[in-house]
Amino acid sequence: MTPAPTLPFGTWLHVFVRLFAVQGSYNYEAMIGNGIAYAAEPALRRLPGGRGGDAYRAAMARHSRYFNAHPYLAALAVGALVRAELDGESPDRVERFRTACCGPLGAAGDRLVWAGWLPFCSALALLAYGLGATAAGVLLVFVGAYNVGHVALRVWGLRAGFREGLKVAAALGSPVLRAGPLHVARATAATAGAALPLVLMRELATPGAAFWVALAAAALLSVALARLQSRVDGWRVGVAVLLVFFIYSVVR
Amino acid sequence: MSGVTPESLALLTVLGAIVGLDSVSFPQAMLSRPVVASTLAGWICGDPSAGLLTGILLECFALETMPFGASRYPEWGPASVAAGTLAAGAGAAPGATAQMLPFALLAGLIAAMLAGETLVWLRRLNLFVASRHRDALAAGDATALAAVHWTGLVLDFGRAGAVTALFVVVLLALRDAIGPALPSVSGASAALLVGVLATGVAGGAVWKVVRTTKRYGWYFVAGLAVGVVAVLMR
Repeated sequence: MTPAPTLPFGTWLHVFVRLFAVQGSYNYEAMIGNGIAYAAEPALRRLPGGRGGDAYRAAMARHSRYFNAHPYLAALAVGALVRAELDGESPDRVERFRTACCGPLGAAGDRLVWAGWLPFCSALALLAYGLGATAAGVLLVFVGAYNVGHVALRVWGLRAGFREGLKVAAALGSPVLRAGPLHVARATAATAGAALPLVLMRELATPGAAFWVALAAAALLSVALARLQSRVDGWRVGVAVLLVFFIYSVVR
Repeated sequence: MSGVTPESLALLTVLGAIVGLDSVSFPQAMLSRPVVASTLAGWICGDPSAGLLTGILLECFALETMPFGASRYPEWGPASVAAGTLAAGAGAAPGATAQMLPFALLAGLIAAMLAGETLVWLRRLNLFVASRHRDALAAGDATALAAVHWTGLVLDFGRAGAVTALFVVVLLALRDAIGPALPSVSGASAALLVGVLATGVAGGAVWKVVRTTKRYGWYFVAGLAVGVVAVLMR
């Protein structure tokens, strides 16, 4: 592999900040394609001919097309695509890479973040609340913990993508992406398990029989929803029950 | 509309716009999650504890609706701002916040569903904007790309702000209209109902999220045992 071209810190920063807005023009045709081109643009200015040159315009046109991935792991794609363009890879190879990496980046990000890190941080916030944390404390725990992981993933993605270029598939085998979701899921299960009785206790503010009856009822509801899985959404059940309760309160 | 001054309404609208933008467009730092949005709304309305309580309960429901790809999902940010505002404005009488919780939660859940629909409209609008610049984008025009991208961001900010203001105004008016009927149910009963619903849904959601994990059940049971012991020790 050719040595990685160097980019000034300002260019890195520019690309990195734009990555946070990668879904800014999300639509059902290009998905996040426009966002990918927008994020990569500061680095593409360093192509031969500079901003407005033929290579720059051709690369911009390529990257504005359809692309879809998990928004955080899009950093991996942007890093790899910028490296490929600066290395002068053929447009065909770049296009094949773009097509090939959409699915894996989407699936890996969904597992690690939406089904892993986010539920874990939510459970952590519930636990903090259950243990008596103040409003500021709960916010600090949730926003702080979540964004340590969030920002670290974007930084890692951009760096790994740029380092590996089109051979970035190896980065998808990283222990963080391979085993990470499993560990996070276990931590989520344990944290949520500990948090739920404590949340119920603080919410009811009345220890005694009422708490144990409520805990048993909540456990039954959990089991029922888990058994019904994809056939029933808990939040729809919540709407239905609350609606009945609300009507009962008003007409009573 | 009692309880919310025009200044507070303006602040709530800006908060809703920020958390709505955060949800998908920028920066996805999860400021849009109920626990954050509702608590901040409570702060603006002078009762962060009520906002936090509502946010925690809504967070339990939000656990089962993760924003996977282009799927349709409830949008929690603006809805949580409205729900937190309702709970925080319940008044200082004993049990008033608890009596308001079922209404605030119901409003938050329905508002989240409606706000999620506006995200679909936004994506269609973004497509319309992009299609007007299709030739320029195909030619690699960076100015056109920036225009498309920034238009999307501004539209999302405006959408979320408008949706939040609408929810807050409509729900507060509704609360004022039906408010006298709410004390017919005791605060303890209301708290019991929403507590069971929220923690029950959260338990089911955690199962759905991590069901593929080996020995998941034991981790959950172990955590539950720790939680129950902690309750007994209090």
